Amino acid sequence: MPVSRLLPLSEAIDRFVPDGSSIALGLAQETLIPFAAGHELIRQKKRRLTLIGPISDILFDQIIGAGCVHKIRAAWVGNVITGSCYNFRRAVESGSLEMEDHSNLTLAMALRAGAMGVPFMPARTALGSDLFKTNTNLKTMTCPFSSDQLTAVAALRPDVAIVHLQRADIYGNAHAWGNLGLIRDACLASRHIIITAEEIVEPDVISRDPNRVITPGYRVNAVAHAPWGGHPSPVPGFYNRDHQGFIDYRTESKTQETFLDWRKRWVDSVHSWQDYTKLLGKKRMAQLALTHHDFSESVDYGY
Amino acid sequence: MSYTLPELMVTAAAREVADGEVVFVGMRLPLLGFLLAKSTHAPEAVGIYELGIVRDTLAPEPILTMGDLPNLYRARWLADTADMMGLLQQGQVDVSFIGGAQIDRFGNLNTSYIGGAENVTTRLPGSGGACDLASLAQRHIIIMNHQKRRFVPQVDYITSPGYGTGTGWRRKVGLPRGGPTTVITTMGVLQFDPQSREMILVSVHPGISQETVQDNTGWPLQIAEELTQTPKPTENELAMLRRFDPQRYWTGP
Repeated sequence: MPVSRLLPLSEAIDRFVPDGSSIALGLAQETLIPFAAGHELIRQKKRRLTLIGPISDILFDQIIGAGCVHKIRAAWVGNVITGSCYNFRRAVESGSLEMEDHSNLTLAMALRAGAMGVPFMPARTALGSDLFKTNTNLKTMTCPFSSDQLTAVAALRPDVAIVHLQRADIYGNAHAWGNLGLIRDACLASRHIIITAEEIVEPDVISRDPNRVITPGYRVNAVAHAPWGGHPSPVPGFYNRDHQGFIDYRTESKTQETFLDWRKRWVDSVHSWQDYTKLLGKKRMAQLALTHHDFSESVDYGY
Repeated sequence: MSYTLPELMVTAAAREVADGEVVFVGMRLPLLGFLLAKSTHAPEAVGIYELGIVRDTLAPEPILTMGDLPNLYRARWLADTADMMGLLQQGQVDVSFIGGAQIDRFGNLNTSYIGGAENVTTRLPGSGGACDLASLAQRHIIIMNHQKRRFVPQVDYITSPGYGTGTGWRRKVGLPRGGPTTVITTMGVLQFDPQSREMILVSVHPGISQETVQDNTGWPLQIAEELTQTPKPTENELAMLRRFDPQRYWTGP
């Protein structure tokens, strides 16, 4: 019999993210960003973390601002609808943050190589660019078959992938839907997996639709129940993107002082998802609720 | 009907898309450019978004960014980023749009390090998918603020390759195809000389002189023999844009 992997979020982060960990997160890019789990990293004052992701829509900036991060391996760190992120800028410009520059394709290939158990994946992107100067895990190579010039992207095996998604059972089997970004490759490539889910459901709900499973539950180390755990990013089937949250964060993170105020309000004073939803307020949650539901047909997996 | 500068630029970008083309749609103004093209002259265009979205219909409601749920609603395909990048890498993307902070005469773009990686003065967000689009689309269109500090003789860091040092460079470094064809700026539209691969000013926006463009460019700018004026957005184009961006978040004055 499988054992339950259901843990409170704080315990999941405490047990599976020691200081110095490399963490893949924000893998679907703009959707399903694990904000609740990221804020728990901040509350637990994690140190010397490496953050791995394609594009980060402010969560990386928040964890950097809290002093948890030593290195970034990413294609883009910013705020999608407002531009640059200030903690990230301050950290790179002062020389306190190590940077490995990727493109979305090279990061996807690094994780795919990790997922496939091979040392690198070839690609045709980035040739002639300066990404090679700020990412020693990219090298040029000659194709042994065609003699074409290629980019070799070294495999990346994160210590842990943190994924926020719609629903999971207590054994770590989980469904995600919507655009999936790099979620599946990152789960396959990572040594540990933490899932945070909007809903914890009966195992039947997951097993009756195995095509929607993002990674088999036996590989998952912890599942935490985290309603609104993706806010302010959108979660398909649950809530829309909170644009105002991203716009406000631009101002709230402008200086170290204002960032500390932001952190106090949205992270340090929050100890559970109930605290967070209370802070968010019923009115704001109602504004973000789906207004046009659109259910798919069920399919027959029978024999 | 009066229009704003972003509206003129988005319109110019939309006109670069031919009907039936596969478009890799980048963040911000390109989102609107694709919607405008689809709703006017290119109804059969297909959009690919790096998050893992393919869609060939307009989103049912205005979106501020590609991850907004209306952009996922009844998409043709929701899948992995690697799937989208595979289509791009195979050469199946006709055109893409990217923005930049710093550009040089050969269309190389920097969106990473002002001052260079060693002596960074301003850290910018980075490539995202821009390097991939510049490397692998059949052609790419660049949308830029036209200022002297941004139009520089040599970029501090090449995030997204243009024509490198000129003719033959892309082939030499191993890029399989592509290159920038058009740069749409806050002052005019530029294309690239087919021989030298250097940027040429082909049109100026209404009210902007050739001299103003030169004054805001960090190298002696080549000017097309028949310099024209960038066409203004039509009433229909403006009406469409205001439907897609009703709060004027991207296209306000």
